[in-house]
Amino acid sequence: MGKVTGFLEFERLQEASEDKRERIKHYREFIARLNDKQAAIQGARCMDCGTPFCMSGCPVNNIIPDWNDLVYKQNWKAAIETLHSTNNFPEFTGRICPAPCEEACVLRINEDAVGIKSIEHAIIDKAWEEGWVQPRPAARKTGKKVAVVGSGPAGLACAQQLARAGHEVVVFEKNDRIGGLLRYGIPDFKMEKSHIDRRMEQMAAEGISFRTGVRVGNQRPGKGVPDWATGTLAPGKLLAEFGAVVLAGGAEQPRDLPVPGRELDGVHFAMEFLPLQNKRVAGDAGVPDLWATDKHVVVIGGGDTGSDCVGTANRHGAKSVTQFELLPMPPDVERNPVWPYWPTRLRTSSSHEEGARRDWSIATKAFVGGEGNMSGKVTALKAVRLEWKDGKMGEVPGSEFTLPADLVLLAMGFVSPVPSVLEAFSVEKDARGNAKAATDGQGCYATSVPKIFAAGDMRRGQSLVVWAIREGRQCARAVDEFLMGSSELPR
Amino acid sequence: MDQPGLPSVQGLYDPQYEHDACGVGFVAHIKGKKSHAIVEQGLTILKNLTHRGAVGWDPKLSDGAGCLIQIPDKFLREEMAKRGVKLPPPGQYGVGIVFLPRDPASRLACEYEIERAIKDENQVLLGWRDVPVDNSDLAEPAKNIEPVIRQVFIGRGRGVTVTDALERKLYIIRKSAGHAIQALKLAHGKEFYVPSMSARTLIYKGMLLAHQVGEYYLDLKDPRVESALCLVHQRFSTNTFPSWDLAHPFRLICHNGEINTVRGNVNWIRARQGAISSPILGKDLEKIWPLIYDGQSDSASFDNALELLVMGGYSVAHAMMMMIPEAWENHSLMDPARRAFYEYHAAMMEPWDGPASIAFTDGRQIGATLDRNGLRPSRYIVTSDDLVIMGSECGCLPVPEEKIVKKWRLQPGKMFLVDLEKGRIIDDKELKDTLASTRPYAEWIERIRVKLDEVESDKQQPARSSVMLLDRQQAFAYTQEDLKFLMMPMALNGEEPVGSMGNDSPLAVLSNKDKTLYHYFKQLFAQVTNPPIDPIREELVTSLVSFIGPKPNLLGIDEMNPPLRLEVSQPVLDFYEMEKVRHIERYTQGKFAASELDITYPLAWGRQAVEARLASLAAQAEDAVRSGTSIIIISDRKVDKDRVAIPALLALSAIHQHLVNKGLRTSTGLVVETASAREVHHFALLGGYGAEAVHPYLALETLLDLAARGQLGAGVDGKMAIKSFVKAIGKGLKKVMSKMGISTYMSYTGAQIFEAVGLSRALVDRYFTGTASNIGGIGVFEVAEEAIRIHRAAFDEANPVLKAALDAGGEYAWRVRGEEHMWTPDAIAKLQQSARSNTYATYKEFAQIINDQSSRHMTFRGLFEFRFDQCRPVPLEEVEPAAEIVKRFSTGAMSLGSISTEAHTTLAVAMNRIGGKSNTGEGGEDRRRYAPVKAGETLLSRLGAARVAHDVELREGDSLKSKIKQVASGRFGVTAEYLASAEQIQIKMAQGAKPGEGGQLPGRKVSEYIAEIRYATPGVELISPPPHHDIYSIEDLAQLIHDLKNANPQASISVKLVSEVGVGTVAAGVSKAKSDHVTISGHDGGTGASPWSSIKHAGTPWELGLAETQQTLVLNRLRGRIAVQVDGQMKTGRDVVIGAMLGADEFGFATAPLVTAGCIMMRKCHLNTCPVGVATQDPVLRKKFTGKPEYVINYLFFVAEEARELMARLGIRQLNDLIGRADLLDMRKGIGHWKAKGLDFSKIFHQPQMPAEVARYHREQQDHGLEKALDHRLVELARPALERGEKVTIEMPIRNINRTVGTLLSHEIAKRYGHDGLPDDTIHVRFAGSAGQSLGAFLAKGVTLDLIGDTNDYCGKGLSGGRISVQPSPKFKGEPTQNIITGNVVLYGAICGEAYFRGVAGERFAVRNSGAQAVVEGVGDHACEYMTGGTVAVLGMTGRNFAAGMSGGLAYVLDEDGSFPGRCNTAMVALEAVLSEAEQEARLARELWHMGLADEVLVKRLIESHALHTGSMRARQILEKWADFRTKFVKVFPHEYRRALGELAAKSRKIAA
Repeated sequence: MGKVTGFLEFERLQEASEDKRERIKHYREFIARLNDKQAAIQGARCMDCGTPFCMSGCPVNNIIPDWNDLVYKQNWKAAIETLHSTNNFPEFTGRICPAPCEEACVLRINEDAVGIKSIEHAIIDKAWEEGWVQPRPAARKTGKKVAVVGSGPAGLACAQQLARAGHEVVVFEKNDRIGGLLRYGIPDFKMEKSHIDRRMEQMAAEGISFRTGVRVGNQRPGKGVPDWATGTLAPGKLLAEFGAVVLAGGAEQPRDLPVPGRELDGVHFAMEFLPLQNKRVAGDAGVPDLWATDKHVVVIGGGDTGSDCVGTANRHGAKSVTQFELLPMPPDVERNPVWPYWPTRLRTSSSHEEGARRDWSIATKAFVGGEGNMSGKVTALKAVRLEWKDGKMGEVPGSEFTLPADLVLLAMGFVSPVPSVLEAFSVEKDARGNAKAATDGQGCYATSVPKIFAAGDMRRGQSLVVWAIREGRQCARAVDEFLMGSSELPR
Repeated sequence: MDQPGLPSVQGLYDPQYEHDACGVGFVAHIKGKKSHAIVEQGLTILKNLTHRGAVGWDPKLSDGAGCLIQIPDKFLREEMAKRGVKLPPPGQYGVGIVFLPRDPASRLACEYEIERAIKDENQVLLGWRDVPVDNSDLAEPAKNIEPVIRQVFIGRGRGVTVTDALERKLYIIRKSAGHAIQALKLAHGKEFYVPSMSARTLIYKGMLLAHQVGEYYLDLKDPRVESALCLVHQRFSTNTFPSWDLAHPFRLICHNGEINTVRGNVNWIRARQGAISSPILGKDLEKIWPLIYDGQSDSASFDNALELLVMGGYSVAHAMMMMIPEAWENHSLMDPARRAFYEYHAAMMEPWDGPASIAFTDGRQIGATLDRNGLRPSRYIVTSDDLVIMGSECGCLPVPEEKIVKKWRLQPGKMFLVDLEKGRIIDDKELKDTLASTRPYAEWIERIRVKLDEVESDKQQPARSSVMLLDRQQAFAYTQEDLKFLMMPMALNGEEPVGSMGNDSPLAVLSNKDKTLYHYFKQLFAQVTNPPIDPIREELVTSLVSFIGPKPNLLGIDEMNPPLRLEVSQPVLDFYEMEKVRHIERYTQGKFAASELDITYPLAWGRQAVEARLASLAAQAEDAVRSGTSIIIISDRKVDKDRVAIPALLALSAIHQHLVNKGLRTSTGLVVETASAREVHHFALLGGYGAEAVHPYLALETLLDLAARGQLGAGVDGKMAIKSFVKAIGKGLKKVMSKMGISTYMSYTGAQIFEAVGLSRALVDRYFTGTASNIGGIGVFEVAEEAIRIHRAAFDEANPVLKAALDAGGEYAWRVRGEEHMWTPDAIAKLQQSARSNTYATYKEFAQIINDQSSRHMTFRGLFEFRFDQCRPVPLEEVEPAAEIVKRFSTGAMSLGSISTEAHTTLAVAMNRIGGKSNTGEGGEDRRRYAPVKAGETLLSRLGAARVAHDVELREGDSLKSKIKQVASGRFGVTAEYLASAEQIQIKMAQGAKPGEGGQLPGRKVSEYIAEIRYATPGVELISPPPHHDIYSIEDLAQLIHDLKNANPQASISVKLVSEVGVGTVAAGVSKAKSDHVTISGHDGGTGASPWSSIKHAGTPWELGLAETQQTLVLNRLRGRIAVQVDGQMKTGRDVVIGAMLGADEFGFATAPLVTAGCIMMRKCHLNTCPVGVATQDPVLRKKFTGKPEYVINYLFFVAEEARELMARLGIRQLNDLIGRADLLDMRKGIGHWKAKGLDFSKIFHQPQMPAEVARYHREQQDHGLEKALDHRLVELARPALERGEKVTIEMPIRNINRTVGTLLSHEIAKRYGHDGLPDDTIHVRFAGSAGQSLGAFLAKGVTLDLIGDTNDYCGKGLSGGRISVQPSPKFKGEPTQNIITGNVVLYGAICGEAYFRGVAGERFAVRNSGAQAVVEGVGDHACEYMTGGTVAVLGMTGRNFAAGMSGGLAYVLDEDGSFPGRCNTAMVALEAVLSEAEQEARLARELWHMGLADEVLVKRLIESHALHTGSMRARQILEKWADFRTKFVKVFPHEYRRALGELAAKSRKIAA
């Protein structure tokens, strides 16, 4: 531990962000990482607990106390080594992870948690700058081939681990670029896409091949699932060519809101809206026009995707942005009442800070179309207030209201993976439609079909990037074990 | 040798762990005048020492007693004449007294072998005599095994002209007859025993009570039985299976104490067999082997060894000096010739180390010697009619004062000899000077000694391995934590690192991780029967000197050409030293020759190769020795990708044992060159299994690497790091040794002070012979397998985790991929949430994490299974309610100091609400907590805002008082009032996290509040010594129990022990010592601060210790009278049920209740930075405390509820019915883990087969014998004072059998008037005589004890405001400053009050004095040790090591000849002049004045009081010539105290400003 009494002496320091009036004018990241000295002080706040709850709070079990201490001692190189030992992509998590580690931090019991995420951010960014992040090709090749279907965080983590174990890995992606939700679900102002490209380069140097625009199976996914595939690949071919196949296609099937007026123009899934902006930022030509500019935007769903819609809508120059959530407003608590577990509490994202009306306990009853030239287009939304009692909701009589809405974005989460992919491989599904596979013990991550594994949201359902990385890593170990009989890969 | 009365090995009980200690004494006529009176006097001494012995479950069943006298020639001559045998003149015949089997045929066979041996040795059988006995008073068990006792008379044969030669022949006859009878293997042969066979001495002993010796042996009543000496002994054994032969005296000695190193000593004797020859015994020497049978007691083994030396030609005094040398190594004041004597002999025999007062005689000389630590009392007087009387206590043989010319004591390491032939006393100096000057030892030493650091070498760099450092580190299982937690702190601070909380990781045999072999061994430690020692404050007796290489011939009394010896000052060799050893031949012109044994072998050979490799290594070692190699280097340097190393410990021990068995071990030295050793425990193990030196090359390379990479910080280079590391290991080794009470590395070497946990019997028997291993485990192939696994992982290129970094570890802090812990984040969170929300379901989730060890093995109990199949369940409602069960719960001993006021009181309130017990821990208790809580009170309103940082709500009727009051070695705050407020008084003998160690509270942690309740000065460091200075042995413990019982007759007395092999036997001793309660703690108990190696490697799981305790107590029929409590990582109802089944009545919880109160296992207690306000004194952090009594209560009820559910399934309605039901347990079936497969818990589950009426749980009461206390009379007479405060004066005689006088009276005062007591001198008691032990213990204010005579040990212990004055009888003519008046460890832990001694005190005067003022006219060694307050004036000579560890108070020593500074330990004190008041005014700021007074004024006042209370002439003299004397006083001023005074003044100035 760097400084025994650091936590008593120093306060938590939030990373500085660009003024909200300025940052909504562009799509770049606006959060500045801590400088070396600031990071050292934040690292000094870590108490190096005998039982570091942060580590178990973190799905990839980052060895947080160790790198906190290394940063305190300004031993950045060792810090990135430690960080990379558990996390393939700290530049992703250091930006967009909601940091369950910080909710589990012991200081969180009665103080501000250690700024774990900001330290992670600082470590990885410095590492890239210093050129410390280099390809680590395997010393020995096994001659085994593995196909990874899906290039989101789970697929990428899995691919990288497998490649480092000496396997020949090919990553298949239906869209035109690698990254999955990282690429097209998360706006650039949260995470610039060059981070993915940089990683891809490293992974390519480690021997991973990427094949984009290839959809496995010949059935297109439905509405609300980005699909820019230009070719298809038969599952049978994959199975024939590869020693193992990892399904890491995410949980892309969005939850719909089947209320009157759903068919109206202007009512979109979030994932119909967000990817377009990312493509524009990437400089793609021919991106369809779907803008929030000068519109009354209503985002339905109070989660992170909703928040991303808010931020994007504001950058488009929306007239107003409103976000509804079905559930009641969670308490705005200072401490974590269920420490060290993940609390339900009011979270205000940077996008919310940029301007949005938020409301809770709202059920949308119908979308109202306009008249005349606005016919067929949404112009308003009818909703009602809810009252929650013992986990059950009821409508508050007389609370119906109508709100003008020119663009409605449905961000109510994802129900399951796209069924067609799993069906293409005849993989057994669990009750929620996810690929059925265990996470512990013999044969974990293996699906009901021999040689086929599943990881990430495709197996567990929608979740955090950091969970996806965890599953990708653990799945890689399971695959390695399957192929080689034993594995040295860390779980 | 099996003893007939002892049960055989069964379950966890093993008779080899029996301990004994005792009362010893002798009386002798200096001029050798024989008389029957001497015999009678000896027997009187015995009777007066009765209280030092013990009885078993049958009050008549003694542990044994006996006496040794000179051969009563007149008597025997007449008796034998009656039988028609004419005895030759005295000195020309010998008498053997023989215990014979009662079976006639066996008896005849034994007699025949004796007669044969007599004939074989060409001596003459004169005849047999039946020894007449009266067994009418014997206890039934003693009678049942009573032998036939006969005497055999042996005349000298031709060729034997002098008595010495006859004596040697008798020795050979006894030995060869004994071996022959052993060889017959008769069922009754075990009953055969020869107490003595000598031409000079005769022993009468047996399984007798002290007073029975003279009654049983009718001979002793006969006035014709005359002797000029009588040596007597009364035994206190921890067991109740004493047998006739275990009684003392032995042939040459009787012994009070314990030999801690006996295992090693016996091994080394065996090791010498091949290298020993005797010019005197010649070929007869071959007939004596085996010299010592396995399983003999330490005293008997000692006697055997001493006898060999004496028969080999050494005088008995010379031999004693070889076996129990003084602490010469660091003794700067010792005469050089004597030092040379010791140094010369040091290589011949390693010290027999341990607390020992040994009286010895060969019939011509009688004497006694004391171990180097002076841990046993021995007082003697010389009378004007030429008698010398020595005993464990003074006054054991009343002699008119006017006849006494000298009263003195044996001093540490000193010897005292009466030569009956020369007719005079030879004192230590003369005796040793004479012996030291008979040979030119100094010259010899110069010739033969080679000091390694003086060997000139060409500073060669060792050849470095070409294998990458990281790979080699991994090949020896280095972890990141090894570097972070152990090596780096050692390299930086030169000290072992400290951690906190308990060990909750699995044992090595259960771990899924690959562990080193070192992990399978647990350090043993001293508790109760022998004291640990303090390697820091009493460093002068410790030594790390090691001799590498051949040892001289033990019996080479006139060695012409002794072998050279290579000496190192400590056993850890750095690179250069190792190179010197490797090429020692080159540097010593061929006088030494080293050769190397490579313990690596090709990995490809696999695990099966290990056995054969070890055999080859042993053979190679043997050949090397036979061909003249004087140093064998056992090396794993050749390890690489393809060669795996056999664990160095295994290879070493295999080679060592082999050489021992071949009798070759003393012909060579063993040096281990290993990459594996990196922490203290490793070095201790290598030393303990035979390494004379260790070169930890990889640890050193690692340090160089760390330094080179800047990891150790700027300014620390590799050289410094290595130096600090070696220093830290050395310090740590001393600590490990001293835990067992062992002072020197030489006697630690090969002493095997370890217990194996998880190693198979076969492995241990073969390679670690003699080491305990009770539950089996892995064998040699699995050991190799584990080493190979580690090796493979290290060199596995494909392993991405280990490619660039060491394994994370996770032993010391939880890590996801590290070692398992029971306290996982989830377990902690679930427990906290369940307790806070009072949700049983959440508790069950917690319990599931702990209890379910089907996939992760953590504890032995986790591997147990209940035999539900054999039970008929009962409805839950019929099971004893939870509210009853929780009454058996208590919280652990956590002091205020280690935890915050808020946490401490929360636990107390919780436990009091549910009828359980909380424990004060060491460090007193605030008196404000005693009264019951009234409505409206809160913690803050009760204790005051200054003392509470976070208020805790209270209810009317709550109590903040801890029912259990702990008495630890520091005795902080242990006042009469504190004791009077107890329901239970717990004597902490050991603590699970650091058994055998003391502790210290750094000055910065001693807040005003803590200082107040500990009676200390704020800011002054408080040191708890490793031992209780009033418990060096079992009879001392009995005494302390008696003291505490007097201090509070209503309280039960408890003794806290830590689980280790043999703890059951100790517990039996504790029960016999009249303890009402015993706690068996697991090794995994918590701590606020302890070295990591102690937390991890000392002690064993409670499953083992508790089961052994239950089995031993039941076997001894001692179980019913003592309650047994278990603690150590107790967490769930399942733990409770298993604890009960293994024998516990009660259950202790510490960590878990703390967790409910907020603890999150930070393991930062030692840093005072606990972020949840539990284990900190920082008010800022304490504000964050959120615990509530309700949480603790909720949790404990959950535990009880879970236990009830299990009981219902087991069909048990009452918890009492569960106790000892180990038959309901089974080993979990189908344990698949490769290491755990070999475990066998049958010994844990063993139930002794005893009759049904023998109690299995606590249901009887101890008889404390309090009704005999003199105090009842005092209380009666003092009633007017007690009730009305009237002054009373009492006069009465006193004797040594009146123990603990004034304590019960003080209890009556404390009960009524608290600590304030009565006005000064309200009760004035005048005594005359020799007072027994603990006179005035915990004496309350208002009482004056005025004694004319003398006192024994522990006078004024815990003095709580009273006054004690002792002056010699006016009839005694001796000069008080030259005669002893009071014993050892006087005023131990005194709180306040006054004590005046007109005479000299023994060792450790005013040790741990907190605030008493005392004057004495001379003191022994270690006076004022650990003192934290008070004032002591010494008006005469002092012993050595004065003021060691003294942090507070002041001492003034009259140093007339200016020699005092040499005897004072100035590590913590400054010596200053006592200035005149005016000078002091000018030179020393007033704020630094002790008690605000000038030194001159203080000293004068003290001396005036001394004169007033004792009539001291010395005092008058000094006062009369004050101006002269003042300048001769030295002021002993602790640095800590000076600093604290300055800080206090600065603080009050700040407040004023």
